[in-house]
Amino acid sequence: MKSFKLSWAALFLALAVCAVPVLAQTVAEAPANPNDPYEKYNRAVFEFNDTVDNAFFKPVAKGYRAVVPEPARNCVGNIFSNIGDVFVAANNLLQGKPLEAAGDVCRVLINSTVGLFGCFDIATEVGLVKHNEDFGQTLGRWGVGSGPYLVLPFFGPSSVRDSFGLAVDLYVDPVANIDHVPTRNTMLGVRLVDRRAALLDAGDLLEKVALDRYAYLRDAYLQRRRSQVYDGNLPEDQQSGKQSATTAAIVALSATDTKPELPSGWFDAPIQREPLPAAQATKPATESLASTSF
Amino acid sequence: MNSNFFSALRRLSIVVLMGFPFAAAAAGETPDVLVKNLSTEVLDTINTDKDIQKGNVRKLTELVNVKILPHVNFQRTTALAVGRGWRQATPEQQKLLTEEFRKLLVFTYAGALQQVKDQKIQLKPFRADPADTDVIVRTLIVGGRGEPIQLDYRVEKTDAGWKIYDINVLGAWLVENYKTQFASEISQNGVDGLIKKLTDMNHALDKAAQR
Repeated sequence: MKSFKLSWAALFLALAVCAVPVLAQTVAEAPANPNDPYEKYNRAVFEFNDTVDNAFFKPVAKGYRAVVPEPARNCVGNIFSNIGDVFVAANNLLQGKPLEAAGDVCRVLINSTVGLFGCFDIATEVGLVKHNEDFGQTLGRWGVGSGPYLVLPFFGPSSVRDSFGLAVDLYVDPVANIDHVPTRNTMLGVRLVDRRAALLDAGDLLEKVALDRYAYLRDAYLQRRRSQVYDGNLPEDQQSGKQSATTAAIVALSATDTKPELPSGWFDAPIQREPLPAAQATKPATESLASTSF
Repeated sequence: MNSNFFSALRRLSIVVLMGFPFAAAAAGETPDVLVKNLSTEVLDTINTDKDIQKGNVRKLTELVNVKILPHVNFQRTTALAVGRGWRQATPEQQKLLTEEFRKLLVFTYAGALQQVKDQKIQLKPFRADPADTDVIVRTLIVGGRGEPIQLDYRVEKTDAGWKIYDINVLGAWLVENYKTQFASEISQNGVDGLIKKLTDMNHALDKAAQR
C-alpha cells in the first residue's frame, strides 16, 4: 500500500531530521567521541531498544528457535535472503559493479528455480558468493560520508547516511509492499523474528565481553560499515602494514596533544584516531610508530 | 533491528575464535601460509571433536590457552588497545592488564567456537613485500549461512617468529574496538579501575562457565 511505504519513509526522514535540534544542544557540550556527537541521544535510544528487545523480541525469538527446527529456520532465512538479493543486485549495479550484479541476478534465478523459491541456497554451493549491499553503502560508494553515528528506535545502530539508505530500502522492500495487510504483517513478523533468532547467540556474547556495550556496538558498527562500503579493501590497508604517505603526514601533523576535532560534516573522513603525543614522550618497546596507522 | 549489522554480529560470534590458530608451525613460513595452515587445523579439530561440539566450554578454553597463545603477541595487542594509558602504567600494571585482557579474549573465543559448524577457510591474495615485518593476512570463512565472513590478521615478525597481534572480523579490528572503551574507563577510573573492571568481568565469566 502506497500510504504504508510513504509513512515509513517519511518516519525515518522525520527521525533523522527531528534529531537535529536535540543534537545541536548535545554537540554544544564538548562531546567525548568525534564520531559520536549525539552520544547522549544515542545512548537513550539504545537503552530503549534494549528494554523493548528484552521484553518482547528476545523471548519471541527464543521461542521461535526452540519450536522451529533448524532446517526450517534455514529455509525461511534463505527465502527472505533470496528476495533481498534482487536489491543487492540493484545496488551493485548502482555502484558500478556489473559483474557482481550479474552474479546476484544469477543467484536469484538459480535459487528461485532449483532452490525452490529460495528455500535452498544452491547458488552458494555452485560458487556464486552472496554479497551484502544496501542503499546506504551505495551512497557511501558515491562519496557520501557516513555522517555521525545514530541509533534508530527498533532498528539499532545506523548513521545519518545509513538512515536515509534504510528509508529507501524500506520504501522498495517487496515484503513491505504486499497489498494484503494480514499477509504482509505476517511476513514482516516472521522475517523479523527469524533475523532476531539468528542473532541470539551473538547478542549474548556481546553482553559478556563488552566493557560498555553501547560503545562496543558503535565502534564495531562504524568500522564495519566503512569496510562494507569499500567491500573489505580499505584504502589505508592497501599497503599491508606499511605506513602510507598520508598516514605519515597525519602523524607528523598531529604532533600536539590536542583533542581531535569534530568531523566537518559529510565528507568521507576516516574514523578519527587519537593522535599520539610527539617524540617528547619516550616510546616503549612494545609500541612502534607503525601502530599509529590504525 | 538493523539486519545488516546484526547479522554481521551473529557471524562475529561464530568465527571470532578462528582468528587464533594453534599448534606449532614450521619456522621460516611466510605469514600467509602460517595463518592458512593453522586456521585449517583449528577448523578441522573443531569439526571432528565431538566433545567440543557438544559445548564443553572448559575444553574449549583449555584448547585456546594451550594451543593458540604461542602465536599471539597479547602484550602488543593490549598496549595498542590501552593506548596512551599504557605509557602511564607501571610494568606491574601492564602485566596485569595484559593478563586480564588475554583472559577476556580467551572467554570470547571459547564462546564463539561453540557455534562453528563445517566452515572452511579461504586465503585471499597476499600482497606484501618479502622484506615487510608487519603485514595483513586476509582470509574468508565460507560455508556458513549467508555471505562469506571477512577475517583479517595483523601479523608482525618477531625474534620468536610471526605473531598475530590484531584481528579483523567483518570489517572491525579488535584493537580499534576496545580502544574507546578502555580510554573511557581509564579517564573515569584510571588504569587500576580498568584492571579491576576486567578482573570483575573475568570472574563473572568464569562463574558462568562453571555452571
